[in-house]
Amino acid sequence: MSIKKIHKEQPETFKFNDKSMEAANKIVSNYPDGKQQSAVMALLYIAQRQNDNWIPLQAMKYIAKFLDMPYIKVYEVATFYSMYNLSPVGKYFFQVCTTTPCMLRGAYDLVKVCKNKISEKENVLSSDGKISWMEVECLGACVNAPMMQVNEDYYEDLNDKKLEEIIETIYKNKIPKPGSYSGRINAEPVNNRKTLLGNKNA
Amino acid sequence: MLKDEDRIFQNLYNDSGADIESAKLRNDWNGTKEILEKGREWIINEVKSSELRGRGGAGFPTGLKWSFAPKEVGSRPHYLVINADESEPGTCKDRDILRFEPHKLIEGCLIASYAVNAHKCYIYIRGEYFNEGQKLQTAIDEAYKNNLIGKNALNSGWDLDIYIHYGAGAYICGEETALLESLEGKKGQPRLKPPFPALIGLYGCPTIINNVETVAAVPTILRRGAKWFSSLGRPKNTGTKIYCISGNVNNPCNVEEEMGVPLKELIENHAGGVVGGWDNLKAVIPGGSSMPMLPKEICDNMKMDFDACVENKTGLGTAGIVVINNDQDIIKCMARIARFYKHESCGQCTPCREGSGWMWRMLERMAAGEATPDEVDMLFDVTKQIEGHTICAFGEGSSWPVQGLIRHFKDEILERNKFDPVVRKQKNIPYLVDQHLLEKENA
Repeated sequence: MSIKKIHKEQPETFKFNDKSMEAANKIVSNYPDGKQQSAVMALLYIAQRQNDNWIPLQAMKYIAKFLDMPYIKVYEVATFYSMYNLSPVGKYFFQVCTTTPCMLRGAYDLVKVCKNKISEKENVLSSDGKISWMEVECLGACVNAPMMQVNEDYYEDLNDKKLEEIIETIYKNKIPKPGSYSGRINAEPVNNRKTLLGNKNA
Repeated sequence: MLKDEDRIFQNLYNDSGADIESAKLRNDWNGTKEILEKGREWIINEVKSSELRGRGGAGFPTGLKWSFAPKEVGSRPHYLVINADESEPGTCKDRDILRFEPHKLIEGCLIASYAVNAHKCYIYIRGEYFNEGQKLQTAIDEAYKNNLIGKNALNSGWDLDIYIHYGAGAYICGEETALLESLEGKKGQPRLKPPFPALIGLYGCPTIINNVETVAAVPTILRRGAKWFSSLGRPKNTGTKIYCISGNVNNPCNVEEEMGVPLKELIENHAGGVVGGWDNLKAVIPGGSSMPMLPKEICDNMKMDFDACVENKTGLGTAGIVVINNDQDIIKCMARIARFYKHESCGQCTPCREGSGWMWRMLERMAAGEATPDEVDMLFDVTKQIEGHTICAFGEGSSWPVQGLIRHFKDEILERNKFDPVVRKQKNIPYLVDQHLLEKENA
């Protein structure tokens, strides 16, 4: 489940830095005049990236002013969508998909590894404060199940051993390579490809 | 098996790269200007006669949908919106189109926006597909640079701007009106229909919403002709489709096949067979988690297209095939799907908001064997009270799979759940006897 609990310790102020401001202005210009409210989702996301992967209340107020819309409407959007974190998460935020297609291929083994190696409970930081994890609903890579998302990258075709390796790599301050961990390319059938062979050999 | 030359998505496995040079080698952007020059009427009629049906789940005829857009642009501009909010469990076809065939999608956007008189196109991508969105953005930038889109695209006199809008992890935003709400910067709760988006959609303007796969297939259909497309499959169920085969198979994969291909061939030939052999098959969810599951007996001879699925009381949906074998607990699988719907209900309509959680809790108890036999009928009754009583199709999407489970596996649920809450034997339990009466007797 998503972290919709408002964090107790909130920063006093929030302001876009130059980079965020540039991105925000560009996004607002994508929408027709007077419809700048459409940009609220993207701006919340920009605020989340700027603020170590979570959104403080001050950021919502700031965005409301920025887009000239009521604060409560921004709050409504931030609490509705599951990708906005309203409390701090780890620098490496593991989201393990456990919906049925992943579950069939052993997603709960991955959850077990997370419990052992990161923290007993969801959304609790690991002992060195780097990683937190949670179960999420379908991430849309079902033929590469079981899989998980770390920040923006997908890690596919996992099993418990491979996940342990990934976690160890991160503890050693290295970023593991995203993509499939069974050696296959994208969503093609392993060693069993029967279609588009002309392209493959070309 | 479909011939390789008849496959639309030649780069489904990224053998040759997604950039514009490679895309042109695959015939993308070939003769697009000539297609536009044939005019709106021709494009819409050609798509109509190809009998292309929407690939997003509902299977609505695409040409017909386009013809609903007002013929003349009035005071309000028209919009084209591409639905890339792919979140249906079991489905991951649009992801590969966004990553590996972005130019087919962009070319399709140009043709579709010309056909429906739209100068602006928004592509709504689910927020988790951030990397896929970046790849699409690269392709859009390439297209702008080569004057394929933008002002006076391809020197055809048509202006088109394409923007990407990221979602933020709400399944319901795949519903077209919820998607529009989300695009307008509100929480994604579906709107009542009518009015339909084709007349009153984004910002109250006429809006046509299409799935990624539908729009990406259009340029190839127009290049090769509606006759070619409708010669594949069977009438009303024409063309090709990307099937996603996941779950307990040896080689889960995405594969493009002809409509109406036997389910058994898809699983045995392309996905390497069921883990433990075909006889170890328990059930198949044929069209993403919203569609009722089918037991092995039906899967033996089932064909995969819209009408054949409806005949078997299920639906083709997004063609996300989830294979479940005998090693799995089928009730637990369904309970997990119910939990998905409970998590994703937007909370607007009471039957869905309350019912989805109710179904989940009952199924969890049934999986644990803690339910009474009567509760199976009660669960069926709950699904019937959700279905058809909600604003959007989420109500059907969450209750149909439960109905499918009860329809085909009722015996298994009953066998596990024999809990009887009624105390039938007279028991001498002192605290159940009225203490006042006891006192009187003693007096």
